[in-house]
Amino acid sequence: MTSERTQLKRDLRKAGGRRRLTAILLVLPLFLFLLFSFIIPIADMLRRSVVDNELATAWPNTTAMLQAWDHSSPPDEAMFRALGTDLRASAEVRTIATPARRLNYALENGRSLVMNTGRSLRALEGEPQSWRDTLLKEDPSWGDKKTWIALAQASGPLTDFYLLTALDLERDPEGTIVSRPPQQSLYLDVLLRTGTMSLSVTLLCLVLGFPLAYYVANAPEKTGNLLMILVLLPLWTSLLVRSAAWIVLLQDQGLVNAMLMAVGFSDRPVPLIYNRIGVLIAMVHVQLPFMVLPIIATMKAIPTAYMRAAISLGAHPAIAFVRVYLPQTFPGVAAGTLLVFIMSLGYYVTPALVGGANDQMLAYFIAYYTTSSANWGLAAALGVLLLGATAVLYFVYARLTNLGQVKLG
Amino acid sequence: MIAGWALKLTAIAVLFFLITPIIAILPLSVNDSEFFTYPMRGFTWRWYSAVANSDKWQIAIKNSFIIGVPATLIATILGTLAAIGLQIADFRGKGFITALLLSPLIVPIVIVAVGLYFFFAPLGLTQTYIGLIFAHAALGAPFVVVTVSASLRSFDRNLSRAGASLGAPPYLVFRRIMLPLVRPGIISGALFAFATSFDEVVIVLLLGAPHQRTIPREMFSGLRDSFNPTIAAVATLLTLLAVILLLVAEWLRQRTARRN
Repeated sequence: MTSERTQLKRDLRKAGGRRRLTAILLVLPLFLFLLFSFIIPIADMLRRSVVDNELATAWPNTTAMLQAWDHSSPPDEAMFRALGTDLRASAEVRTIATPARRLNYALENGRSLVMNTGRSLRALEGEPQSWRDTLLKEDPSWGDKKTWIALAQASGPLTDFYLLTALDLERDPEGTIVSRPPQQSLYLDVLLRTGTMSLSVTLLCLVLGFPLAYYVANAPEKTGNLLMILVLLPLWTSLLVRSAAWIVLLQDQGLVNAMLMAVGFSDRPVPLIYNRIGVLIAMVHVQLPFMVLPIIATMKAIPTAYMRAAISLGAHPAIAFVRVYLPQTFPGVAAGTLLVFIMSLGYYVTPALVGGANDQMLAYFIAYYTTSSANWGLAAALGVLLLGATAVLYFVYARLTNLGQVKLG
Repeated sequence: MIAGWALKLTAIAVLFFLITPIIAILPLSVNDSEFFTYPMRGFTWRWYSAVANSDKWQIAIKNSFIIGVPATLIATILGTLAAIGLQIADFRGKGFITALLLSPLIVPIVIVAVGLYFFFAPLGLTQTYIGLIFAHAALGAPFVVVTVSASLRSFDRNLSRAGASLGAPPYLVFRRIMLPLVRPGIISGALFAFATSFDEVVIVLLLGAPHQRTIPREMFSGLRDSFNPTIAAVATLLTLLAVILLLVAEWLRQRTARRN
C-alpha cells in the first residue's frame, strides 16, 4: 500500500519535472531570439555610455603614461616622448581623426590642436633631441596642464564624461563635478522639454479620455461594441497617416483655420502646425486610446450596487459619484496615465513630422547623435536616461496592473 | 441630468476628435487638385493611378511585405511556443522571464533602433532584409505572447489530459486539441505583429538601405519633402487595410469572449 503510494508520488514528481522541462524548452527559442535581436544590442548600447577606449586604442603609450601620472606634477620628457611618438604614428597610419575627435569633447580646439600637430610631425624624420621642445614649438598649448588633464580624463578605460554631459555637467581640472557654461548647455533643456511635453499630453489625454471611457463603459452592449471599434480604429491606423491628416487639417489653409476664421475667432490663419501646438494635438490623438482602454476595462468591472446604495442612503448623485464611483476607477486611471506618460517619453516620429526645431524630444537627439554626428557615447548616455526613466515607470506600472492581464483591444 | 448630457456631449466631441482626422484625408485622395485645400475641385482617380504607376511606391509596397510577412511568421511561431511554455508549468524566474519577453512593448523604439545600429554593423546585418526582419519580429513577438496567453487562460487542461489518456502523443494533443482552441489568439497576435511591422519607421530609417524603403518610410520622406495627394491616396489604402485588420481582430476577440 505505502510502496504504491510512494511509487505514485515519484511518478507524479517525474511528470511534473518533465512538464517543467518542456515549458522551459518552449520558452527558450523566443528568449534566445530576443537575446540576439533585442536584449544584447540594447545592453551593448548602454555599455557605450561609460566605455572610453578611443584614445587608448590610438595612443597606447600615452595612455599607459597617463594612467601612472598624478594629475599635478608637470609632465616630464618621457610623457612628451610617448605623446609625440603616438601622435606621429597615428598620423602616419591615418587613425588620428578618432583621438582628435575624442579630445575635442574634453578640450576646446582639441581637434585642430591634434590634427595640426599630427600633420607637422608626419614630416619629422628620426628622433628629435627633446620631444617636449618639439611639441611646444608646434603648439604652446601642449605645455598647458589643462591639456594634459584633458588627455588624462579622456584616456579611459571607463568614463563618466558622456553621462555628465547628458546632464549638462562636467569635471573641472580638479576633478570636481560642476555645471557646464550656459553656451555649452543643451541637454537639461531637452530633458525638461521631453518631461513637460509628456506630462501635458498625459493630462490632456486624461481630461479628454475619462468622459469618453465613462460613456463607452456604460453604454448598452450594442452601442458599446460600436464605440469600442471607433476607439480602436485610430490605434490600427498608421502613425504616418495620422500625422499626414493633422498636417492637412492644421495647415494655414486647412479646415481648422477655415472654421476659426469663419466663426470670427481670428482674421488671419493661426499657426497650428510645425510648432508645439501641432505636436501636442497630434500626440494626444495618438495616445488617447491607450488612456481610454484601461479605464474602460476598470469601469466595466465596477458593480453598480455601490452607487445605488449611496444614492438610496441619501447621497446627492454628484457626491456619490465623487466619493463612491471615482475611487473605484483609480486602477484604470493610474494604468492609463502611466502608460501614456511612458510612451510619450520616447516619441520620435510625430514631433519629427509635425513639430518645429524647438519641439524635438530626447529620442530625436539620440537618433541624431547616432547617425548625423557620430557622437556615440553621448547618444548612449541619453539612451541610458530615456531607458532608465522608462524602466522605473514600467516597474511601477507592472506593480499596479497585473502584467499577465495586459489587454489588447 | 444636465451633468449626464454634458458628459455625453463631451464624450461625443472626443470621439469626433479621434475619428475626424482619419476620415478627413480620404476625400483629398480623389480630389482633382495638386493642393490640400477644401472645398473639393472635382473627382479623379489620378492619384491612385500615380501610386500604381510609380516605381517608388511599387518598391515600398514590395519591401513592406518582404519584411512584414517573415517577421510576422517568426514572431507568431516563437511567441506561440513561448506562451504555451509559460502556461503549462511554473519554473524559477518565470515572472522575470515574462517581463523580459514583453519588454519590447515598452522600450522606446529609438533605443532598439540605435542598439541594433551598433550591434548589427560589425555582423554585417545593417542594410540587410534579415536585419530588418529580425528587428520587426522582436517588436511583434510580445503581442503574440499576450494574445495566445489570453486564449490559453480559458483552456481546459482536462481536454489535453483526456486526449493523452486516450493514447494521443503530445504533438497530436497539441495539433488536434490545443491548436483549434487557441487559433483565434494566434491569429490576432499575428495581426498585431504584422500591423506593427507594417507601420514601423524608426528602425527602417536607421537600419534600412535606400532600396529597402517601406511604405511608412516612403511616407515619412514624402511628408517632410514633397507632400502631394499621392500620399493621401496611400494613406487611404492604409486606412482601409487598418479597418479590415481591426474588424477581423474584433471578430476574433468576440468569438473568444463568447466561448469563455
